[in-house]
Amino acid sequence: MALTADDVKRVAELARIAIDESEARAVLSQINDVFRLIAEMQAVDTRGVEPMSHALDVTQRLREDAVTEGDQHALFQSVAPHVEGDLYLVPKVIE
Amino acid sequence: MKWETVIGLEAHAQLNTRSKMFSGSATAFGAAPNTQACAVDIALPGVLPVANREAVAKAVRFGLAVGARINRRSIFARKNYFYPDLPKGYQISQYEMPIVQGGTIGIYVEGEGKTIRLTRAHLEEDAGKSLHESFHDFTGIDLNRASTPLLEIVSEPDLRSAREAVAYARALHALVRWIDICDGNMQEGSFRCDANVSVRPAGSDRLGTRCEIKNLNSFRFLERAIEFEARRQIEILEDGGSILQETRLYDANRDETRSMRTKEEAHDYRYFPDPDLLPLEVAESWVGKIKMEMPELPDAMRSRFVTDYQLPEYDAQVLTTTIGFATYFEQATKLTMDMTRVQTGMEGQKPVLSGVAKLTSNWILGALSASLNESALEIEQAPVSPLQLAKLLARQLDQTLNNRTAKEVFSAMWKGEGGGDADAIIERRGLKQISDSGELERICSDVIAANPSQVADYRSGKEKAFNSLVGQVMKMTMGKADPRQVSEILRRRLAP
Amino acid sequence: MHKATIKELSARLAARKLSSVELTRHFLSRIKALNQKYNCFITLDEEASLGQAEAADRLRATGRGQALTGIPIAQKDIFCSRGWLTTCGSKMLSNFVSPYDAHVVERLNAAGAVNLGKTNMDEFAMGSSSETSYYGPVRNPWDVATVPGGSSGGSAAAVAARLAPGAIGTDTGGSIRQPAALSGICGLKPTYGVVSRYGMIAFASSLDQGGPMARTAEDLALLMNVMAGFDARDSTSLERGREDYAREIGRQARGLKIGLPREFFAEGAAPAVMKAVEAAVAEFGKLGCETVDVSLPNMRLSVPVYYVLAPAEASSNLARYDGVRYGFRAPEYADLPDLYRKTRSQGFGWEVKRRILIGTYVLSHGYYDAYYIQAQRVRRLIARDFAEAFKRCDVIAGPTSPTTAFRLGEKMDDPVRMYLNDIYTIPANLAGLPGMSIPCGFDAAGLPVGLQIVGNYFAEARMLGLAHQYQLATDWHRRIPPGCDA
Repeated sequence: MALTADDVKRVAELARIAIDESEARAVLSQINDVFRLIAEMQAVDTRGVEPMSHALDVTQRLREDAVTEGDQHALFQSVAPHVEGDLYLVPKVIE
Repeated sequence: MKWETVIGLEAHAQLNTRSKMFSGSATAFGAAPNTQACAVDIALPGVLPVANREAVAKAVRFGLAVGARINRRSIFARKNYFYPDLPKGYQISQYEMPIVQGGTIGIYVEGEGKTIRLTRAHLEEDAGKSLHESFHDFTGIDLNRASTPLLEIVSEPDLRSAREAVAYARALHALVRWIDICDGNMQEGSFRCDANVSVRPAGSDRLGTRCEIKNLNSFRFLERAIEFEARRQIEILEDGGSILQETRLYDANRDETRSMRTKEEAHDYRYFPDPDLLPLEVAESWVGKIKMEMPELPDAMRSRFVTDYQLPEYDAQVLTTTIGFATYFEQATKLTMDMTRVQTGMEGQKPVLSGVAKLTSNWILGALSASLNESALEIEQAPVSPLQLAKLLARQLDQTLNNRTAKEVFSAMWKGEGGGDADAIIERRGLKQISDSGELERICSDVIAANPSQVADYRSGKEKAFNSLVGQVMKMTMGKADPRQVSEILRRRLAP
Repeated sequence: MHKATIKELSARLAARKLSSVELTRHFLSRIKALNQKYNCFITLDEEASLGQAEAADRLRATGRGQALTGIPIAQKDIFCSRGWLTTCGSKMLSNFVSPYDAHVVERLNAAGAVNLGKTNMDEFAMGSSSETSYYGPVRNPWDVATVPGGSSGGSAAAVAARLAPGAIGTDTGGSIRQPAALSGICGLKPTYGVVSRYGMIAFASSLDQGGPMARTAEDLALLMNVMAGFDARDSTSLERGREDYAREIGRQARGLKIGLPREFFAEGAAPAVMKAVEAAVAEFGKLGCETVDVSLPNMRLSVPVYYVLAPAEASSNLARYDGVRYGFRAPEYADLPDLYRKTRSQGFGWEVKRRILIGTYVLSHGYYDAYYIQAQRVRRLIARDFAEAFKRCDVIAGPTSPTTAFRLGEKMDDPVRMYLNDIYTIPANLAGLPGMSIPCGFDAAGLPVGLQIVGNYFAEARMLGLAHQYQLATDWHRRIPPGCDA
């Protein structure tokens, strides 16, 4: 199944990536090449096969409930694009 | 047409752990912005989540408390969407395999019991906070709350009115505090609800199109929002319109719900198992251990109050509404028993215990509740402690106080008079009941002598006249006599 | 000095015949002279490197030095190193000075190793040629008109050109092994969970694994001894006892069963590659190894499975780059959605954007089961193939890459051709198995060929031992690219 330019634009919006018409067309053919490759895998009969999310069949290790991290906001915010009053700033969000 | 409202609630209880769901930052409320947001919380490149064992234990605790199934294996998934207070661009939540499935919560509406089924409860992390007010053109982002552990508790659409929804939310709120998994502080957002509301013609068994109402951070708002929303939907349907499935926001200032302008695509969350977090396994032995550490639950406690203290069902139910009331009651009862035993040598036989328990219950459900309401306090904040109340009850039981004087002492205690000590207040106010029988005999005989017509009326069978004589004696003693003792003396003296 | 192995340098440092400062200066001056040619490094910090070298010398002076104390190691720019610009080869992080150290970096620092500089790489490790970097392509020291492989191409080329005695890289679908092969060096991708991913910028979390790159198997073992280890901050880090990865270095290969998967030797690889690999297999025979035919019937599905799973995970992992808390932010934007779209559109290159789009699509509503879940099911089939094969052999051998180094720009417009480069390396990532590449010959153009060895879970020491025996018998790993020996 091939994607359309509209699919690409829809997905680009979901991924918050600006893409114009000509870029969408250019990327479309490459993406469809990849999906042709992917189609090989879709043809396999996998009934009864458990999906494999992780490389190893182990379970999650949990952390003890202890505060181990102190305040480092000055260090962290030294690389932030826009900070004021210790807050990260973005253009006004309208709800 | 007659309409029926159908409601399901999604409650978010912030789990009262010391550190966050997936990082070692503190969860304390009210810290300066971003001072409790570590590298993991702000999603620096390369950081990874590690789940908090205590948060998992608390979710299990909840599951056990509502009789749900604890899934031995559950999965953390990523819910992907962009929002500035969501640093990773996804929220770690549980989707297909939650830790808790099923279970029930009992509610009471006007004394009628009803069981509400739960769909599930799952662990997830909270987002940060967007501050829209602080700047003119900007929104400020504080990530202190990011990754705070939440238990999202989802009910089946079993609720049929705003009152039921509130009763359910209150029961749930009481339960999470009861089992100590959430502080329940609604002002701080520790417990918040979203309501799924739909309406349908009464008697229909098909569900109508629902709207999800967000931002319900008090029981009052929950009730009003549902009432508004149900009315809104009924009006639309009665006008021949149809309901659009959407998310709506409750605006408390205008007391209305309004549509949140979200695009449809915003709902494609692209859930998938979080590859950073392996399957969460909860061993049978761990569940067993958590079960052992569980406090007695409201239902069990209610039955026990009825059996052990012979309390009426109603009292037992109301006292077990919150752990605060239940604990207060039990402490006050036990302390009163202890003091009474010491002073009177009475043994803890059931009838005695039952009498003390009922008296305690009356006080808690009566004067104490009224005072709490009046001062808008939680029972945990009551200025009169169980010990202080017990001392007061002991004085009532040993006849030092009668009903009226006891109430007076209670009010004084509430205001902190005499350091809140019953004996000090009794002393200061001279409220000690006259139990010296010689003194009372003298006053009674004076009253009989001074009221020959009432005496005659009584003797001719008019019970009212007797009450008037008792009243006279009480007046002479400034209310400090035990009315029962007065009656006894009068009846004896007036006997033919 | 730059031709010596880590082991040799370590001995000279221990004997106080050489100081770390001298050694570090030597490599820094080589880098200054040659980096222009190969573009291996994105960031150098002479002062920081020499500071670490001085500290290492002091440590050596007190006799508390370890194997890596004072050894300069190049770090792929995917590892967060505190105080260092850490770009991941992307404009998106072109201004990101990391406020913290990756676990691997912490361990290297604790061992007294010197951070020689941050190496160039495909943007966010997405690529097999090191051409997608925001900092320009890396060139292969064997022929600067060709690529060094990728994504750890900067690390591979630096080691090959003798600009660093060793380096660290990451491998999601072959990103350590394929550049090792194309650049004529050794690289090991450990069992998933052996090296902590904390501080290693995520590409595809269920596949990513850090590992060493060096010129000999013995050096890889020395690096592994420092890099590997449990880390409580990575939920997928395995709690295992300390392991000496050099423990089987001296062990004879005799009797070892080497599985040759039919599918690795079927047509597909270039004849020169097959010839070199077959010669290596013959060499194993001389060492007393037995060869057995095995089969990985689902191997051909690895690339399609990978190009569902890796982009899906990446699309989510890269959502954090939004211009709010760190990194690049578009200079102009109208509102918040515009800030997101422009920042991400301008901050990411096309290979990254293409994979984000693919990943977003396969996870989106209505497609998830057909793509993502199906890919995870096939992933299990591939893992089962290996489990079957390892019932009959100790390690698996075959080519690392179907071709030797290809020319710059050759595959940039054809993603699928580029992706098929990783056909032999991806299966080990999907199964979580350890895999390594060692030099095993050259093609007619003088470009190196890599031999891949895949072991069962936690068989790293065994694989390193086998590779070492091979390297005792051959000298491919000693060959030096033209112009790099002086």
